[in-house]
Amino acid sequence: MKIFNIVISGTGGQGLITLIQILAEASLLEGYDVKTSELHGLSQRGGSVEAYVRFGQKVYPPTKKSSRSAQNNKIYPCFSGGVYSPLVPLAGADLVLGLELLEGLRMIRYINPKTIFLVNKYIFPFAGGLPEEEILLKINGLVKNEKHIIPASKICQEELGAEVVSGIYLLGYAAHKNLIPLKPDLILKAIEKVVPSKRFELNKKAFELAQSN
Amino acid sequence: MKKILLGNEAIVQGAMEAGVNFVSTYPGTPASEIGNTFAKIAKEQGVYPVKSGVAGAPPQAEQFNRVYFEFSTNEKVALEAAIGASFSGLKCLVAMKSFGLNVASDALLPLCYTGTKGPMVIVVADDPSCWSSGQSEQNSRAFAYLAHIPILEPSDAQEAKDFTILAFEISEQFNSPVILRTTTRVSHQRMPVDVNYELLASNASRSDAGGGIKNYEFGSGFIKNPEQFCVMPNRVLEMKKKLLEKIESIRKFAEKSNINKIEKASGKMGLSRRSPQGAKVGIIVSGVSYLYVKEAMEKLNLDLPILKLGFFYPLPTKKIENFIKNLKKVLVVEELDPYLEKEIKILAKSGNCKLEIFGKDFLPEIGELNFEKVAFAVSKIVGKKYVLSKAISVDLPNRSPRLCPNCPYWVVFGAVKRAAPAGTIFGGDIGCYMMAGFAPHNLQDYLLCMGSSVSVAHGIEKASSFAKASADKPEGKKKIISFMGDSTFFHSGIPALINAVFNKSNQLIIIMDNRITAMTGHQPNPGMGKTGMGETVPEISIEKIARACGVENIKTIEGGVVSEFESVIKEFLSKEGVSIIIAKQVCALLAKRLNKK
Repeated sequence: MKIFNIVISGTGGQGLITLIQILAEASLLEGYDVKTSELHGLSQRGGSVEAYVRFGQKVYPPTKKSSRSAQNNKIYPCFSGGVYSPLVPLAGADLVLGLELLEGLRMIRYINPKTIFLVNKYIFPFAGGLPEEEILLKINGLVKNEKHIIPASKICQEELGAEVVSGIYLLGYAAHKNLIPLKPDLILKAIEKVVPSKRFELNKKAFELAQSN
Repeated sequence: MKKILLGNEAIVQGAMEAGVNFVSTYPGTPASEIGNTFAKIAKEQGVYPVKSGVAGAPPQAEQFNRVYFEFSTNEKVALEAAIGASFSGLKCLVAMKSFGLNVASDALLPLCYTGTKGPMVIVVADDPSCWSSGQSEQNSRAFAYLAHIPILEPSDAQEAKDFTILAFEISEQFNSPVILRTTTRVSHQRMPVDVNYELLASNASRSDAGGGIKNYEFGSGFIKNPEQFCVMPNRVLEMKKKLLEKIESIRKFAEKSNINKIEKASGKMGLSRRSPQGAKVGIIVSGVSYLYVKEAMEKLNLDLPILKLGFFYPLPTKKIENFIKNLKKVLVVEELDPYLEKEIKILAKSGNCKLEIFGKDFLPEIGELNFEKVAFAVSKIVGKKYVLSKAISVDLPNRSPRLCPNCPYWVVFGAVKRAAPAGTIFGGDIGCYMMAGFAPHNLQDYLLCMGSSVSVAHGIEKASSFAKASADKPEGKKKIISFMGDSTFFHSGIPALINAVFNKSNQLIIIMDNRITAMTGHQPNPGMGKTGMGETVPEISIEKIARACGVENIKTIEGGVVSEFESVIKEFLSKEGVSIIIAKQVCALLAKRLNKK
C-alpha cells in the first residue's frame, strides 16, 4: 500500500490532537508504519490548527509482541521505516478532514483530483470571517472531488447533547463509508485506548452514530 | 514492544529507561510535554524500575530507581539545580525551549569547564518557522561553539528516545553535559517507538527483555571535590585546556558512532552511480531534514549516498572527509543557519578542494524545511527536472489566536482601555497576555523576552526626561503600563521590579495572575501552591514580594469587574513611583477543566 495521507484542520480546542492520537493508534493496530505531526502552544488558542497523519507500508506485524530494543542491537529503526516525513506534501492528501467549514476550505492546498474532502458544516465565527454561503460557494467551486459536507456538530448536539464529539462522529463517518483504509473496529479500539475511560461511551456512540445516519 | 509516542514522550521514555534520577524544567513550547509527562510519572510512581546490567547482557533482576521532578522558576535555576544533583552523582535531565538556553547559558558555560559527575542531558527544543515562538527564530546549535558542549540531533521520535539514552552514555563516559537538540517537527511528531516497558502501566507489562543501561549508583550525596567543582580565576584556563581535549576525545567517539551514518547508494533503483546525474553527488543532512531527504529521494527516483549526522558537535571530521573525498557535488541539508555547510566548506579545502558544496544556495535560511523545499534543492544539484504537484490556492481571512471567551484578561484589558489616557505606553511580556497586541485590544508597544516588560519600561521612563528637556511636548510625561504574568514574574520579573524601585522608576505594573503557567499548557508555578511532584506547598505571594521590594501602591483585585480595575488604574496612574495591580483570577480553560473533574 502506498502512504495514506490525512490532513485534519480546525480551530484550537476542537480535539484535533485526540483524533491524531486515535488514527496513529489505529494505524499501528493494523500493522502500518505511521507518523503524525501537530502543533501545540499559543497557536491553539482559538487560531487555525492543522495536523497530519500518514500511514502505510505494513512494517509492524500486528501479532508481534515485542521487538528487540534499539540500543541492544544498536540499529536505529528510523532507517528502515516506511513513512519518512511527518508532513503531508502539497496536493498530497488522500483525505481532508475539516472540523470547521472555513478551516476545511483552508486545506485546499493539500487537495489533488483524487482527494476526498470531508468537512463539518459548522462555523466558528471570528471578526472578519466569511458567511456560510460564501464558504460553501467557494468549496463547491474549488473542490471538484468527492466531497461530504456533514452537519456533524448539529447531529452530535441533537442526538447526543454533546457537540464536542463531532470530530469522532466525522471519524466514524469516514471509517464506515470506507473513506479511510482502517477497519472501524480497530479505530474503536484505538478510541478506547486514547480517550479517558469515563468519556469512552459518549465517544463510542458518536463513532457509531455515523454508521446509522 | 511498539508504542505510539510523541517525540517529547519518547525523550521521557529514553530518560526513564536510562535510569534518570533528577529532572528539572521550565515549560516552553515545543518542549513542554517533557515536563508534563515527568510530572505525571513522578506523581504516580516516584519510584520506577530500571533494568540492571550492561548492554547486550541478559536481563537481570529489576532494580528500583527514584525520580525527582520539578518545575523550576526559570531555565537557569533548572540547570543549576541539575548541576547540584549531578555533582552529587545523580543522573539528570533538564528540558527547555530554545530561548530557555539563553537564560540558562550563564550556568552552562562554567558547567562545561567543571564537567559533570552524574551524567546530564539537556534537552533544547528549537522552533524553526516560529510556530509557537515570538521572540526570534533561534538556532540553538550555535551554543556548541560558545560552550563546547556535544549536541545530538534526532530526526524522529524513535531517535529522540535512542539519542537520549546515547546522550546519557556519552555524558557518563566523558563527564560532559550533552545537549539533545530537537525541533518542533521532532518534538511534536508521533510514531511507533520501541519501548522496554510502559511508563504509566502496571508492572506486568514491563517484563520485556532489554534495558541494558547501567543503573547509576546514587545515594552517596555530595562529596566535596573543589578541584572539579570550582571555576576559579587561577584554574579556569587549565580547565579550558582540559575541556578542549575532552571534546577531541568525544570527536573520536563520534567518528565511530553509528548515529553518524553513511548510507551508500545501492545502485539498484533509478539513477545509478553510473548515470551522469547520479554519479558523485552526495547529501549531508542532520535532524528532521533527513526525513525530507529520504522522501525526496523516493519521489525523485534517486539513489544518492547520504551522510546522516546525529552529532552536530563535535563533528566526525574524518568520516565527513571520507564521505566527500570522491564526490563532485554535495548538498548540505540543514534548517536555519548554515553551520554544517560552513564546516564542510572548511573540511573540503584540505580533503577535496574541487568539491562543489551547495546548501543555502537552494534552501532557505528562514523557516523550517519540508519535502517540497528539499526536493527542489536535490533536483537542482542533480540537474533533474522535477515539477511539484500543483496546489490550489485560495485567499481566506486569517484566524489569529485570541483570548478564550471567558479569559479574565478581557476584563483587565477592557479596563485599561478605558482608564489609560491617550499616549500611554504599554509594555508586553511573554504569556497569553501577548494577545494584548492584537485587535480589539491593541495594548502592546514593545515585546521582547521573558520578564522584560518592567525593565524596558524603566528605560523608557528614564529616557522620557531627556525628551522633555529637548522638546516641548505639550502632553508632558507619558504614562507607562507594563503587563506581566504570574509565572513570568517568578521567572525573571523580580530582579526587574527591584531595579525599578531601586532606581526610582515611574510605572504601573499589572501582574496578570491567572494562577497557572497557562500558555504552555497549565504547569504549576510558585504562586499556586503545587509542585511538579503534585505536593502541596505554601503559595508564594506576589503581593508580599512586591511589598518587600518597597512597592507601596499595591492592590490585589480578585475576580473583579471593569469599573473596579478602572478606578484603581486611574488612581495609581496619578501617583509617582512604581505601583502594582495584581489581577488575580484563575485561567478560564483551567477553571473549566477543574469543574469537569
